[in-house]
Amino acid sequence: MSTLEIVWFVLIGILWAGFFFLEGFDFGIGMQFVLNARDQKDREALYQAIGPNWDANEVWLVSAGASMFAAFPFWYASLFSGFYLMLFVVLLALIYRGVSFEFREQMPTIQGTQLWERLIALTSFLVPFFLGMIFTAMVSGTPIDAQGNLSAGFFDYVTPFTLVGGVAVSLMSYVHGLNYTRLRIEGPLRQRALTQLKYLYPVLLAGEALFAVLLFFYTDFIQTKTVLMLILLVTLVLTTIIGWVLAVQKRQEIIPFILSGLALIEVVVLLFSGLFPRVMVANNPLHTLNIVTASSSAYTLKVMTIVVMIALPVTLVYQIWSFWVFRKRIVSHKVVE
Amino acid sequence: MVTLVGILDLARFQFAMTTIFHFFFVPMSIGLGVVVSVMETLYVIKKDVMYKKMAQFWGKIFLLSFAVGVVTGLIQEFQFGMNWSAYSRYVGDIFGSLLAIEALVAFFAESTFIGLWSFTWDRFKPGIHVLFIWITTIGSAISSLWILAANSFMQNPVGYAIDNHMGRAQLVSFSALLKNKQLWVQFPHVLVGTLITAGFLVAGMSAFKLLNLKKNDSQILFFRKSINIALIIGMIGIAGALVTGDRHAFDLQSMQPMKYAAMEGVDETIKSSDRKDKAQPWSAISVTNPDTHKVIAKIEIPYVLSILGHHSLTGGDTVGTTELEKQFQKKYGKTHGDIKNYYVPENTLFYAFRVMAVGAGGLLMLAIVALWMNRKKSQLILTQRWFLWILGIAIYVPFALNTAGWLVTELGRYPWVVYGLMPISDAVSPNVSAASLLISNIIYFLTFAAIGGVMIWLARRALHAGPYAEEEAQSSQSDPYSHLSEGSEA
Repeated sequence: MSTLEIVWFVLIGILWAGFFFLEGFDFGIGMQFVLNARDQKDREALYQAIGPNWDANEVWLVSAGASMFAAFPFWYASLFSGFYLMLFVVLLALIYRGVSFEFREQMPTIQGTQLWERLIALTSFLVPFFLGMIFTAMVSGTPIDAQGNLSAGFFDYVTPFTLVGGVAVSLMSYVHGLNYTRLRIEGPLRQRALTQLKYLYPVLLAGEALFAVLLFFYTDFIQTKTVLMLILLVTLVLTTIIGWVLAVQKRQEIIPFILSGLALIEVVVLLFSGLFPRVMVANNPLHTLNIVTASSSAYTLKVMTIVVMIALPVTLVYQIWSFWVFRKRIVSHKVVE
Repeated sequence: MVTLVGILDLARFQFAMTTIFHFFFVPMSIGLGVVVSVMETLYVIKKDVMYKKMAQFWGKIFLLSFAVGVVTGLIQEFQFGMNWSAYSRYVGDIFGSLLAIEALVAFFAESTFIGLWSFTWDRFKPGIHVLFIWITTIGSAISSLWILAANSFMQNPVGYAIDNHMGRAQLVSFSALLKNKQLWVQFPHVLVGTLITAGFLVAGMSAFKLLNLKKNDSQILFFRKSINIALIIGMIGIAGALVTGDRHAFDLQSMQPMKYAAMEGVDETIKSSDRKDKAQPWSAISVTNPDTHKVIAKIEIPYVLSILGHHSLTGGDTVGTTELEKQFQKKYGKTHGDIKNYYVPENTLFYAFRVMAVGAGGLLMLAIVALWMNRKKSQLILTQRWFLWILGIAIYVPFALNTAGWLVTELGRYPWVVYGLMPISDAVSPNVSAASLLISNIIYFLTFAAIGGVMIWLARRALHAGPYAEEEAQSSQSDPYSHLSEGSEA
């Protein structure tokens, strides 16, 4: 096991974590097009809140996928071909979601705009749901053969664990999106977001508890890394409880938003540290892929490390600057009727 | 039904369909990025608000094409793993890293700055704002550099060594990937293609609009100027395409001789020394029997292939497909005995190549005539309505040329996925069922038809509304959001 293999395992975790933190609230905002908005002004405000940044946030996903291809091609090949249909749904949802943001803007009629907005809400739910399912299925052991080919049947991807995983990621994204609404939007949306959060935080906590139980039965994480997993699970629950108290009791905005994003990151950390040093868990332990057997050559990893060490900090600087440019709150219902 | 076509055919069909559809929007959005950047730069220099309006109006079409280009690009990023897992394992070390660098270095920049550009017209000084569109455009061009570096490796593999232990190709020289001879003809050729695509799109849409404008309409000047800017950019593109295309075909003789022979319809080797005129004839028309791989009919023009292929009036040899087939059987027979033959689809390559050449020549003449008719002191372009129709219909020509170019490039690589290293048949995912592939093919097809249709419809509507639509709407209604509140349920 080389240092660079570990570095790239961590980097891919960071890219996924960055994706879930950033696009997590985009998904949450997207779902609010149906679940929170009541009129066109609400929906326009929701769009304004993520319009300039959602596309760049999605590049984190592209970077994460492509980095798996570059650093661990055997992981990328097994995972992407093995979960073919679920990834196909993710892609379709991303396609419709991506064009919907642009199409809604340019539609000539209100009905047309609303059609694309409903599609935004639906696809914003589907993407985190299916990604959640894929990740939980990936860690829970799958039929991988000696060549690394994964032939997953319906009951490999659809289990109580993967369903809870899918719902959990969607729900966490939704809560994250509600916190983003509290942070960025002025007007009735903001008030309703608080009301929804009041009810959703307990649901989320119950979901996290259920997830922890299923994690015990469907993976070997808790059995093999007991202390680490317990620390991470407790941290996740505490993060949620503190967010709940600060958002609902103290009516704070910034810290609950950071905490709901942090919770998503913690899930990624939990799954990646449970996996390590494996990347794909096979039912037959002999066929399990790990960071050594799935890895690219040392030379490629070196080249990629140099590229990422230069590119990622620069990217972060201009992405943060872009968020800074759009820091002002969106005010809906300002226009006098 | 499913058993009639195998997973290989379905996966190939999916790759062809998704890349061709994706590549309608790639050149369109890169090229429109250039056109819009030039327009906004003119606004900054000349301080004439019309150029700002131009950048905003054509910017709408740019944003539409960018959105469709991005989402169809996502498929490309995923489908190597999904449909071509054996390929991904074999060349991930090289190919995967180029894709990842594209995302990290270029895609982040374009996506961030296109957001800044489209949302901050009122927030930054024009001199700063114009930088956002330039960064977006340059970012998307750099994106294509990395993608084409990856494709160039498939066409002309360099900088690798075979690792028998892992059973794959491994990168040994990153700089060799970037110095690949193929890349430096392909990349410029694609870039100039984007200029042609956007140039004739903007000119053609303007022509359609001029057909519908009444005399003395204030928009006439707007669209006539748009035609001039667009066609100058388009002409630069065509000139570049002719130069790079010539170079590209020239290099193929050494890199991929089978592709070259098929493009020129040469089945039996032509030696200039054996011929009376000591020169290579060029086939204007040629028909090859796809079963025997023999040319059954052709019309030849003397000397031309010497000029094109050897850059001299006489001399040079062209190795024909029959001889190349024998050479390849000998060369690869031991390592790739399962490959039946090395012939490529001759007729498709031959005519696709001619479509490019004839199309580019036709567009060049069209652009020259259009710019002359559209000169400042003349009203000729407004009175010759038939000409505006031609200019409008010419919108579709560059799309056909782009597709023809990729058909030559990709089909001409047959039977290899990585030239000389890995046959296509070895590259497909063995674990993906034909049913999955069939379902995804059908749904992709319907999705593309739907979003392509909506995009064209929205672009036409934007054109119909014209560049001053928003101001007209605002002056007639005091509430800029009033069009939104019609359906409010609150």
